Amino acid sequence: MHMLVCGGTGCRASASDAIVETLNSELAAKGMENEVQVIMTGCFGFCEKGPIVKILPDNTFYTQVTPADSAEIVAEHIVKGRKVNRLLYTDPENKEHISDSKHMGFYKKQLRIALRNCGVINPENVEEYIARDGYQAIGKVFEMGAQATIEQMKKSGLRGRGGGGFPTGLKWEIASKNHADQKYVVCNADEGDPGAFMDRSILEGDPHSVIEAMTINGFCIGATKGLVYIRAEYPLAIKRLQIAIDQAREYGLLGKDILGSGFDFDIELRYGAGAFVCGEETALIHSMEGERGEPTVKPPFPAESGYLGKPTNVNNVETFANIPVIILKGAEWFSAIGSEKSKGTKVFALAGKINNVGLIEVPMGTTLREVIYEIGGGIKNGKKFKAVQTGGPSGGCLTEKHLDTPIDYDNLLAVGSMMGSGGMIVMDEDDCMVSVAKFYLEFTVEESCGKCSPCRIGNKRLHELLERITKGEGTMEDLDRLRNLSHVIKDSSLCGLGQTSPNPVLSTLDNFYDEYVAHVTERKCPAGQCKSLMQYVIDQEACVGCTACARNCPVNAIAGDRKKPHVIDTSICIKCGACIEKCKFNAISIQ
Amino acid sequence: MAKVKSLADLKKMKEQLQSKVDLREKGEDPESRVQIKVAMATCGIASGAKTVMDYFLEELDKRSIDAVITQTGCMGYCYAEPTIEVKLPGQEPVVIGYVDVKKADEIIEKYIKNGELVDGIIPMNYNTIDNQ
Ligand SMILES: Cc1cc2nc3c(=O)[nH]c(=O)nc-3n(C[C@H](O)[C@H](O)[C@H](O)COP(=O)(O)O)c2cc1C
Ligand code: SF4
Repeated sequence: MHMLVCGGTGCRASASDAIVETLNSELAAKGMENEVQVIMTGCFGFCEKGPIVKILPDNTFYTQVTPADSAEIVAEHIVKGRKVNRLLYTDPENKEHISDSKHMGFYKKQLRIALRNCGVINPENVEEYIARDGYQAIGKVFEMGAQATIEQMKKSGLRGRGGGGFPTGLKWEIASKNHADQKYVVCNADEGDPGAFMDRSILEGDPHSVIEAMTINGFCIGATKGLVYIRAEYPLAIKRLQIAIDQAREYGLLGKDILGSGFDFDIELRYGAGAFVCGEETALIHSMEGERGEPTVKPPFPAESGYLGKPTNVNNVETFANIPVIILKGAEWFSAIGSEKSKGTKVFALAGKINNVGLIEVPMGTTLREVIYEIGGGIKNGKKFKAVQTGGPSGGCLTEKHLDTPIDYDNLLAVGSMMGSGGMIVMDEDDCMVSVAKFYLEFTVEESCGKCSPCRIGNKRLHELLERITKGEGTMEDLDRLRNLSHVIKDSSLCGLGQTSPNPVLSTLDNFYDEYVAHVTERKCPAGQCKSLMQYVIDQEACVGCTACARNCPVNAIAGDRKKPHVIDTSICIKCGACIEKCKFNAISIQ
Repeated sequence: MAKVKSLADLKKMKEQLQSKVDLREKGEDPESRVQIKVAMATCGIASGAKTVMDYFLEELDKRSIDAVITQTGCMGYCYAEPTIEVKLPGQEPVVIGYVDVKKADEIIEKYIKNGELVDGIIPMNYNTIDNQ
């Protein structure tokens, strides 16, 4: 028998160590320490009801356990085999106790559709994919026919996971209606958002699902050729994808006359050099053609004139990964998951100041709070939540008041951010929001292709303004300038990069205006991040004159005689922090 | 490898593969063995999954434990990499995080040999499409 005690950071803070200890001593008192083993586990993803204790093999799930409950759990459950009812989870709907964790699937906030095979199958063995219904969807599509499949896709409500959220079925329909001697299917695996790794994980963990979906796409729109545009910085994803393509060919699942249908389809890889703008579909197509990776005006959309001027359907990796399941389980099954206008699930790369950094997949409509506190296990080191950034360089920073917003395309847009491709970065009280905006602008300035002036010049100016503000040289007029310039850039840029690049600035101005004002009027950074606005000061009372700081200062900014209080010359100080580390008397502080 | 020529062919192949897997999972296969999956996506490899996988391959062989060790993709627990899944015949699979060589040794000695769980188990915190 085993007793699993949740050792996730959330539960740990509320006494899981003490629970393990008391359980062990209670077991020892009953002489059962050799029969029952107490184990500390990782996070159960149910932190709201923590600490959790789960008993195996009967799967009993106790919630909100305290060290004082240990005696009862051991005496009742372990010795007498009777469950401790008061600690069982109560179903919020019908107020019944639920004891078997197998029957409480609803506590699991995640649902893995796009990630269904990641971490389950060996991605380098096609047979493992086939054993999990792999390539059956393409067989079913051949039986249903192209038209009916497109109808299914439309009915499912699937929207593009690459950021824009365009309805996939509709996109396919448009591409299918454009006639040409050759059409193309393109998988966008550029994934340029800083901090995002959803698409990489899918390609590394389940490459066949993307291959199968691209084949389905080809059959539906009448394309015989597929191209995957993938950044060269993803060597493992490239390797696994290539192995998968080779194996699919070997098994006759790619190539001529697939499954005896008479339909031919094959896939090639195209490597990108890792430019963010090449994720934009027209730039991506130009890059594949060997041209400069610069966007062009839409229309014409790729569905009319794409790769080599032919009708081309571009979809994102995660969009594709959903498709075989939708075909096999049906549009109704899929559209029952999610929110009213956004169906299915979304994969997020959860990062930043959060306990359970990881790759997660939740039904649309899950709230930010559930993601951050239930799945993410809350903020690291017990700090206070400040903001969550979604949508990468095109998105915005949302605050406490947005935490109960159900995540979907439209809700996130309404609160000034966007879904984007799925990066989600959590920030705590130590993060300076002006610096965060500056970070994203640095990225956009670097990644702007330079084709149009609002984006090329405007973003540079935005960045300069932010730089001034973080140095304490900004004025209140600068704040207005930031806002006005942002709107100009949004309204007049050619492609999605420029049209969204001011979003991090606008959303932080909206949600953290006070912080901007503090930088400008008080010349202070409330989060203590902006170096130029900090001053190191030695407390003259506390300093004993040990000279440790002066000896360790790399720029000799500290002066003072032995056994006399020291002083920092702030005009020389580079704010490296070496003195604070060396001072044994806590005499140095940052002001 | 002969090509899969039709959907019927594919389904037959799936049945065969599936029943092999089932036998293995239920432990009814007389040759049922310990199965270990190592999460080997970029994140896992960067935190040392390759070393762990090599260690299992070598040590299980040395300690004469019959096991199948395979690589798989990202399990999603980036905070606890490297992660592995161990499945003893006839039992539910267990995911264990923060596996280094020392932990791997403990897993072999305690869990694989004696069925005693070890610290660092990560509970499955998601629903799958199979039980939808
Ligand atoms: C600057 C910029 C970068 C983009 N980067 C990506 C990307 O990395 N991956 C992606 O799938 N889509 C990206 N997109 C969106 C694509 O243009 C396109 O809408 C998407 O690939 C369509 O697929 P979907 O409908 O399946 O989402 C980007 C768009 C812009 C404007
Ligand atoms: S908006 Fe920026 S990235 Fe897009 S075309 Fe203009 S300069 Fe290039």
